[in-house]
Amino acid sequence: MRSLPVAARLYVGLVVLSALAVLAAGPYSGIEPVTLVLLAVLFLVAESISTMVDNGGGEGDRTGISPSSSAALAAVVLTGPVGAAVVGFCSVLVVLRRQNLVKRFFNGAQFALAGYAAGHAYLLLGGRMGVPDRDDFPWIVLPYTAAILVHTAVNGALIAGLLRCLGVLQLRRPGRMRWRPVVGLELASLGYAMLGLLIAAIWDLVGLFAVLLVLLPLFIARWAFYQYVAEQHAHDATLATLAQAVETKDYYTRGHCMRVSKASGMIAQELGLSAERVRNVRYAGMLHDIGKLGVPTKVLQKSGGLTEEEFAAIQLHPMRGYEIVREIGFLDEALAGIMHHHEKMNGRGYPMGLAGEDIPECARIVSVADVFDCITSTRSYRKARSVEEAVAELRRCAGEQFDPRMVEALVRAVERDGWDPPVDIEPPDDGADVAQQDHDDPSVPLRVAGEGDR
Amino acid sequence: MAQGARSPLRGRGGPTRIDPVRMWVIAAAVVCGLGALVWTLAAGFADTQVALAFGVLIAVGELVRITLPGRRETAPIASAGAIGYALLADIGGRPVHHSAEQVVAVVALGLALGELPHIAVGRGPRWSDLSRRLLTAVALAAAFRPFADLLSPAPRDWWLTLAVMIALVLAAWCVDAALAALIRAERVGTRISVALRDEFRAQFGIGMAIGATGILISLACTATGLVGLLVFIAPLLVTQVAFRRFADIRLTYLQTVRALSRVTEVGGYVEAGHSRRVSELATAIGCELGMRESELRELEYAALMHDIGQLSLRDPIASGATVLAAPREQRRIAELGSAIIRETGVLDPVAELVRRQCEGCEGDGAAGPPPLGSRIIKVANAFDDLVGESVDPDRGEAVLERLRMDSGGEYDPEVVEAAARALHRARPRW
Repeated sequence: MRSLPVAARLYVGLVVLSALAVLAAGPYSGIEPVTLVLLAVLFLVAESISTMVDNGGGEGDRTGISPSSSAALAAVVLTGPVGAAVVGFCSVLVVLRRQNLVKRFFNGAQFALAGYAAGHAYLLLGGRMGVPDRDDFPWIVLPYTAAILVHTAVNGALIAGLLRCLGVLQLRRPGRMRWRPVVGLELASLGYAMLGLLIAAIWDLVGLFAVLLVLLPLFIARWAFYQYVAEQHAHDATLATLAQAVETKDYYTRGHCMRVSKASGMIAQELGLSAERVRNVRYAGMLHDIGKLGVPTKVLQKSGGLTEEEFAAIQLHPMRGYEIVREIGFLDEALAGIMHHHEKMNGRGYPMGLAGEDIPECARIVSVADVFDCITSTRSYRKARSVEEAVAELRRCAGEQFDPRMVEALVRAVERDGWDPPVDIEPPDDGADVAQQDHDDPSVPLRVAGEGDR
Repeated sequence: MAQGARSPLRGRGGPTRIDPVRMWVIAAAVVCGLGALVWTLAAGFADTQVALAFGVLIAVGELVRITLPGRRETAPIASAGAIGYALLADIGGRPVHHSAEQVVAVVALGLALGELPHIAVGRGPRWSDLSRRLLTAVALAAAFRPFADLLSPAPRDWWLTLAVMIALVLAAWCVDAALAALIRAERVGTRISVALRDEFRAQFGIGMAIGATGILISLACTATGLVGLLVFIAPLLVTQVAFRRFADIRLTYLQTVRALSRVTEVGGYVEAGHSRRVSELATAIGCELGMRESELRELEYAALMHDIGQLSLRDPIASGATVLAAPREQRRIAELGSAIIRETGVLDPVAELVRRQCEGCEGDGAAGPPPLGSRIIKVANAFDDLVGESVDPDRGEAVLERLRMDSGGEYDPEVVEAAARALHRARPRW
């Protein structure tokens, strides 16, 4: 509480006070106490098992959906606005989540107000408090849907208000909102909310057993979501580790794939791509050099000019990488990124010599991130250079080699979020050969014997 | 499938075998479906609207069927709809009087309609799974429909109805899982007890969700009429989405490990297709030896990545055949590979299998014999290294003979025998 800004404190106080006022005002007539208690218990259980749904943006971009909305909306139908407010306020009692008291009070008040508003919306559109009759169907769906919408809207508005007071949320331009995950999430919570009507409808018929039967699919769905999230993490960890394992041979390029992945993700996010595409671009960055494994080590580490054949072998590495990963189904766009990350805007890159807009967007992003990391890292033949120098170098080559849009996006993202260049690694002391040139380095192009620079 | 990779497990052992249990199940489903359809057409449909609504629900559910890990096809919404229709007693207070035959006919029609678009785009169903879906409905309808009038959920003794429904659904689910286990045991060549346990584990979650929703639908229709169908299928949809995502990421994971295990081949460390062949042989041996599905998955990952330690070597060893390398070198590769896999933080059991893959079957030191998975990988790896790209069956026999001679010291005799059996089995795929 001490760390909260004044605005946020005022806001939380206001919300909690209005919820308390609603609860105090009543009226409580016509509400069955047993029903109310059972609903409150149901709400508490459901709230305690809130589900985490990964909506594709990686860490910190998760939204919890909780089956508790079904209990809250069942309360709207069975006990009206005031009962719904009481049930919602019970989330103060959720102790499983180990949140502090302020947070719990805010949550309780927020659910209470949302339930109250939804209850009034339901009554306003002709809904009737109590167990719905057979004659009420199907038209009860209309006020009920209105109640769902109001419930969601009030909840969302109250949370958005808090985030704004905390300064976490900046209003985004609508064009950059990621709509797809939001829509998916809304559909999922709509499914949960519809369940509330089921609970209300069969409340009289089978009483508490209804609650058990209703909760079962929900528990299972939640379990499956957990499995899914765990498996997703395991997959990402494995992918990252294996991609890194490939570059263990060269001490200087260690961690290169992870940093390129990060920088590519930053550019993609700055450009406002969808969460799914950002993820794909990250994968492309991580796997872009995996084909280097098909290039003999002695060619990669050769000092001095390369023969035509050796240069051709290096030029082949994007294709090799594509061959390795093309069987991975989810990569689709990333595949193009891997294959074309050495194309240049002027058409003089490899392997295909594509130019301008013909180069897939993903590849143009990875290409910029790749070179940016190369310049800001130490190589055996030179020290790391600063971010400013790297930016200057990228701008110099923009238009010719890089897409200026990607370069500027990277510059903006780095200015805002900063960039951690790799720490200098002591070169290995076992007299091993280390690379004397880097195919990514634009300032020291590969030397091909008898042809000058490339 | 890696192109040009020769598998020791395919293209051998004569004509495609016909699995009798699977054939019987499919035949039973076809007979039941057609018989019920003809019977119902002759007798006429009762409560046409209700039948239509449930038929459409089942068709839609079949249209959005999913495939769970282990290539298990399931259509939760269609199954829940079938259960709901079989257990339906009345619609909004008005009793319904459809016969068991009509239930089977409606379910069969719904499944067929929902399957048509899939077949049209060339994604035909797994016929055995489709048949099981119909047979579950047959069993449930035959057990419940004759007594439906007696068991109408009257407000007074609703608990009796509920108990009967739950017992019937549980029984039907057990029979279904047992059928699935029989078919699976036949297909992959594992023990029936193991297949049964795998099947129960795999179907437990989604089966419970389907059963609970099916019962709920039939109860809800009593209270709300047909509109209940639309509203109350939503929670199962959420469950299905969760399972589908899980199945997708499972598959992706396998694809990723498969693809990235091939970096050793592209790097010239091992022969093309080596990891893939070793993993296929190792999984087949594991099946023969009655390993559980979760163990088989770890074994498959470990076999795919068993040579990944070579990435840390400066120079590839000659033709990548680790079986010909010095024991000390082999051990180092295993240690390096295990270290890489352990780095992921999520595959520790796999790392352990890889670490101990080159120990003799008594193990070395105080740690005791290596895990079964490691012993299997050792045999599979040696077999593939020694047979190489050759497709000559005699060469395979000779290599097996050589592994048998080594038995007792390096290779576990039991595993070698299982490998021989696995290699002799023909494996039809569908």
